[in-house]
Amino acid sequence: MNALISTALSGVFLMFVGLFVRNKQHIKFFAIAAIIISFIANLALYPTVQLGGYIQFGMIEVSKFSVLFNAVALGATLIYFLLSGSEFEKVGEHVGDYFALIFFILAGVTLASSFSNLLMLFLAIEIMSIPQYVLAGADRKSLKSNEASLKYFLMGSFSTGILLMGIALIYGAAGTFNITELGLGADPVHPLALCGIILMAFALAFKVSAVPFHFWTPDVYDGSPTVFTSFMATVVKAGGFVAFLRMFHVAFAGGAISHHWTLILSIITAATLILGNFSAVFQQSVKRMLAYSSIAQAGFMLFAVIAINQFATQGIILYAAAYSLATIGVFAVLLKLKDYTFEGFNGLTRKQPLLALATTIFLFSLAGIPVTAGFFAKYFVLSAAIQHGHLLWLVIVGVLCAAISVYYYFRVIMAMYFKQGDPEVEPVSGGFKVALVLTIILVLALGLFPNLLIGCL
Amino acid sequence: MLTVLLILIPFIAGLIAFGLKGSGPKVLGMIASLASVATAIGTVCTLQADPKKLSFVTNWIPQLGSQFRVGLDGMGTMLCLLTAIAFLLVFITIYNRDIERPNSFYGLMLLSQAGLVGVFTAFDALQFYVFWELALIPVYFLCSMWGGEKRIPVTFKFFVYTFLGSLLMLVGIIYLYFQTPDHSFSWTSFTSLQLSMGDQKWLFWLFFVAFAIKMPVFPFHTWQPDTYEQSPTPVTMILSGVMVKMGLFGVLRWLVPVLPEGASMWTDVAIVLSVIGIIYASCIAMVQSDLKRLIAYSSIAHIGLMSAAIFAHNEQGTQGVLLQMFNHGINIIGLWIIVEVIQNRLGVKNMDQMGGIARKAPRMAIFLVIISLANIGLPLTNGFIGEFLMFSGLFQYNHWFMAFAGLGIILAAVYTLNMIQKVIFGEGNTLTDTTTDLQPGETVALSLVVIMIFVLGVYPQPMLDLVSKAF
Repeated sequence: MNALISTALSGVFLMFVGLFVRNKQHIKFFAIAAIIISFIANLALYPTVQLGGYIQFGMIEVSKFSVLFNAVALGATLIYFLLSGSEFEKVGEHVGDYFALIFFILAGVTLASSFSNLLMLFLAIEIMSIPQYVLAGADRKSLKSNEASLKYFLMGSFSTGILLMGIALIYGAAGTFNITELGLGADPVHPLALCGIILMAFALAFKVSAVPFHFWTPDVYDGSPTVFTSFMATVVKAGGFVAFLRMFHVAFAGGAISHHWTLILSIITAATLILGNFSAVFQQSVKRMLAYSSIAQAGFMLFAVIAINQFATQGIILYAAAYSLATIGVFAVLLKLKDYTFEGFNGLTRKQPLLALATTIFLFSLAGIPVTAGFFAKYFVLSAAIQHGHLLWLVIVGVLCAAISVYYYFRVIMAMYFKQGDPEVEPVSGGFKVALVLTIILVLALGLFPNLLIGCL
Repeated sequence: MLTVLLILIPFIAGLIAFGLKGSGPKVLGMIASLASVATAIGTVCTLQADPKKLSFVTNWIPQLGSQFRVGLDGMGTMLCLLTAIAFLLVFITIYNRDIERPNSFYGLMLLSQAGLVGVFTAFDALQFYVFWELALIPVYFLCSMWGGEKRIPVTFKFFVYTFLGSLLMLVGIIYLYFQTPDHSFSWTSFTSLQLSMGDQKWLFWLFFVAFAIKMPVFPFHTWQPDTYEQSPTPVTMILSGVMVKMGLFGVLRWLVPVLPEGASMWTDVAIVLSVIGIIYASCIAMVQSDLKRLIAYSSIAHIGLMSAAIFAHNEQGTQGVLLQMFNHGINIIGLWIIVEVIQNRLGVKNMDQMGGIARKAPRMAIFLVIISLANIGLPLTNGFIGEFLMFSGLFQYNHWFMAFAGLGIILAAVYTLNMIQKVIFGEGNTLTDTTTDLQPGETVALSLVVIMIFVLGVYPQPMLDLVSKAF
């Protein structure tokens, strides 16, 4: 609740800052201050929810889970501002507005982690999406950016429509919007409810770019200004997942109904894993590779949605943190390079050893190699699926795909360390290096002691 | 605490080495490996006196029931000793070589040593997995940065192969974790599990593939000859001397005790694969002209015999494997040291371009002959007693398997003698005339190897006593 209020207010505040403050560097500092305040305000709720959550106005549930997830989202955004905040001014004139839009998206993300009413879910998804359409087209002079924005907007509107339709059908079947009172878990399954659930699953699968609803992702991620791509692919996507998980774990769990959607989601997951990974293998640009890899990673996060248990809840939080930190980090390095192809990374270690080391650790984390956060993230979602019992075939598919993912992540590492080249790198400031080291420390700390985060749950 | 020290010494030294310049890294590497050998000898003595002192447990991730749990029994102690000795031998051999970016090289080498010791001491499955990967990653960088021409794709293949195997094992570990009543990863909980036959049947493969890739057993071996050929020789020494033992160790520590019925169910399949590996690799070794590939294939054949003997599952066979793990490690490192010397002097690996080295480098020739003979298991050398025990174990299980595996001995004699003939005898050429004999460092390393060959060959009892100390 605190996070929602503070991020929304921060958004409004930054719009005005953008009007009155001319120095773009100062705007960034205001944004960083605002995110730190939101982070603290959110954590201030932690002691009150430690013994159990509560529902406010019948609309929002404040619980340990939501507070912790918001902390991850806000913390990841802080890292994002520290690493990439200076790049905002290269996109266009309205730096204050960009920061404001990011805060509005965050308001949507915090709502997604704590809704307890279907209308709030709808609002959360919309609040997250609309500012993104604007950000995707922020680079007004670039045709690709315009195209990305339009494509994203059109596809997003369709999926919102489908989501709304699903909500309407579920309301028709259950007679309430309150997700804890839907009572759809009991047999027999109402056909209306089943249709509703399928529509919702499709709409949410679109939002998290799961196959076969992923077609927009590579084009939108590639066309959008790179600095915003990293935010869209991480914090926003995690927000989508948390909404997905809450909806299905709270409202649709148990009974005959979960058999129906488990099967559908299992097929979607397998398709996402296979297609995402195989397509990423054939990319020539690191940016597009990361877009496809984000689809592949979505496959792993879907494990947590399907498996309804403690490991799944812990896993989604750890995955959100691990994946966001690593991806934001890789994109921050990418932004410093002129050439986004794999060849652009050739020989980076000789020119900028710290950038190369950081990228290596982040890619290790994305591939799920031990002592990085990504290992335990994958570990938890795999555990969740194995504990579920009937998903072993899916786990094996996931494992094979994880082995494939090594191919494209390591292509970057090979380019940096084993190939000769002279990459063009923009000047790297001391502050950037400090932020990068901080991110590395976080990734390794979560890789060695995941209970720092999940212990709080 | 000695056990923890065994991991910490190379780990900390490795991290420090990255920051050193000039000859700092190699001096540090030497000091660290001497300290490791001393600590390893300390653990051998402690094992005789008070084995409990070698265990150490502390909390790691309480939410998961995973602990940092290290300990040593006879097998673990022997492998830690082998690791320490192997790294010492490598560092002595390359002490006078000029290596590009020595800080990274020594740093990565020491980190991989820490990973290896971690694997051999782990009594918690999750910790075992973490160290298993940790030993692999530095080796990936070592091969890719200092290796031969085709190093990048070759090492990459090696990495993907082993990573896939490890992931399958991870799935198995998680599955077993959920079966334990106290939800823990400890070795004792795993081994006291009463798993159904149906579970053991498929869980066996998750673990076996991971270990079979590492050993490697036919048909999971295809990464190995390429990787050995392309890796820088010091790394090949570690790969073939110590790292392949991880697979054998995994079978002995985790596969057979945790899934006994699964293991006995698939015994015949595992032994047949191993025996095919022996004959197939020996045949290829006979027609190799590349020295490094020849030794790589001979290593596959030797490991095949060990893996077959493990699955014969009787005391003699297991004793033989344990003994042979150490002996094979020492012998193959000895061979690689000589290959390293030859490559360093001549710059070629093709045996057709060699010959007549014995006249120019008599000391090296003597060492090569002794080590080669030990490698084919001649009596009085260390290879003999291990092979004898393994064959007798295999014979007890099934005569036919032993008969086919025994073909490996004859083939080994053929390709080894052929190699000696081609490399050191015969007519010299303009290239081999430039050879110089061993330098002091190389002589020391090879002398150590030969001393161990004869001591263990004549009097293997202390080593047999050591490895038979089980938990």
